[in-house]
Amino acid sequence: METTIRQTWAFLFRGYHLTRRYIGWVIVFNFYAVVTSATVALIGVAAGNYQLTITLVVGALLWNYMSSLYNEIAMSIAYERWEGTLEYTFMAPVSRLVHLLGVSLYSLINSVITTLIVLVALVFLTNLNLRGANLPGVLVVVAVSSFAFVGLGLIAAVFPVMSAERGAEATHIFQGSLLLVSGVYYPIEVLPGWLQPFSAISPATYTLSACRRLFGVGMSGSTQDHLAGAQLSTVSHELFVLALMGAVLMPFGLWVFLKVEAWAKRAGKLKRTG
Amino acid sequence: MQRTAIYVRNLRKSFRKRNGFRKVSELWALDDVSFSVAEGETYGLLGPNGSGKSSLIRILSTLLIADSGEVEMLGHSLPAEQEQVRRIIGRVSVDAAFYKKLSARENLLYTALLYGQKARDAEKRAIDILEQLGMENTKFSTPLEEMSRGMQQKISIARALVLNPPLLLLDEPTTGLDPKSRRDVQTFLEKLKEREGTTILLTTHDMAEAERLCARIGFLAHGKLVAEGTPEELKRRANAVDLDDAFIKLTGEELSDEELVGVED
Repeated sequence: METTIRQTWAFLFRGYHLTRRYIGWVIVFNFYAVVTSATVALIGVAAGNYQLTITLVVGALLWNYMSSLYNEIAMSIAYERWEGTLEYTFMAPVSRLVHLLGVSLYSLINSVITTLIVLVALVFLTNLNLRGANLPGVLVVVAVSSFAFVGLGLIAAVFPVMSAERGAEATHIFQGSLLLVSGVYYPIEVLPGWLQPFSAISPATYTLSACRRLFGVGMSGSTQDHLAGAQLSTVSHELFVLALMGAVLMPFGLWVFLKVEAWAKRAGKLKRTG
Repeated sequence: MQRTAIYVRNLRKSFRKRNGFRKVSELWALDDVSFSVAEGETYGLLGPNGSGKSSLIRILSTLLIADSGEVEMLGHSLPAEQEQVRRIIGRVSVDAAFYKKLSARENLLYTALLYGQKARDAEKRAIDILEQLGMENTKFSTPLEEMSRGMQQKISIARALVLNPPLLLLDEPTTGLDPKSRRDVQTFLEKLKEREGTTILLTTHDMAEAERLCARIGFLAHGKLVAEGTPEELKRRANAVDLDDAFIKLTGEELSDEELVGVED
């Protein structure tokens, strides 16, 4: 147990010091996250529609969190390849479960911090009043959905294992597809008919739907000065689906990763240049 | 009787290479390679680029799975017992694979934690090793990207040794180093062997280094182990005056100018 805790701490230690050393880029990425979120949220302000503003703010906030979490995990192998440290990480006597959980834990902390920065900025820029929103309920939904996104990240992390060149590209295509079909900034219904079924398999769809109701979007008692956030029990369907997705995607993601790792070792793909 | 630290029998490994749209060719990296290394011995593997040295090291360090053959590292067979083998090996590769933005201290502490070791103990050991390698501990907090290749490689060696492994896999550890750094590393490895009895498998292009450090040497060419023995045995067998000559005569290969030591830099 002591060894496992130290090994998990190793990934947090590494992540913290890399963040510190690359602080300039971290500031740039956070600035960009704030700006891209604000440019979307201000569409609602420009329209003079507070419900639209909250819909867009929720979309921007949650997409920031979910995509950051997914991206950090999915790109972790690609980062190691670029740094040239891939072989040393895979050679270490750390189980793949602890390795990937350590990476996921750091990604989670990073994503929470980035999302908080974006939230503060959006509240400031849009003059949003969140009084009455069921924020504890939102935290519960986000926490439950995190498992599903970690699972997706684990599945996507195999792409850079399979191909040094195409792997990173594939993770971004996958991420972009989730953005398109999950109703981040628009209702699912505006998508072409043939795309809409894909929304049902994205965890983001359920997270956004639940969180918007918890914030008070579309709720009859909501006003600009005081929102009427829904009770947590009213989003139990979404919570159930997200919990199920997490319970399936996390072990499945680990299983896929182990299978691809074994293949990569036979094919000689675990090298700096693949 | 000395225990066998590394046991390799009939090892084969090929890679598929795509040539054009439909053609796939098979390249043999290792072709029926067999050798063993006793505990506490330093064994050298010499061969030109593409001879299979790195593939062999990667198989022994659990990064590559052979097509066939037997491999045992201190009694643990590969690939079945990868977890156990990872606990007993340290590796130094030709390129110092670090997080270049992090300092030596941060890289070494990360490695120690990754291997389940206590950070404080590892730090003390790392400083001791680096001092033996002729490095000032004032450099400990400098980002690695600001260090010379020689210093980076010393830190790479410290990283492998801070784990105190019974088995060391050194893949061209002094390639690209200046003469003083090369000598520091070679002297350190000699003392390490005397003091700790560490088993070392060393791949190198440096004939003088191989002769100085290795009890026995194997010549690899085109994936085959074409000759094996002490430096003297190899020279006698080839009727050669030096190991360079013995290598050329026994393998039919010449190390290119770029592969010869001293020209690398």
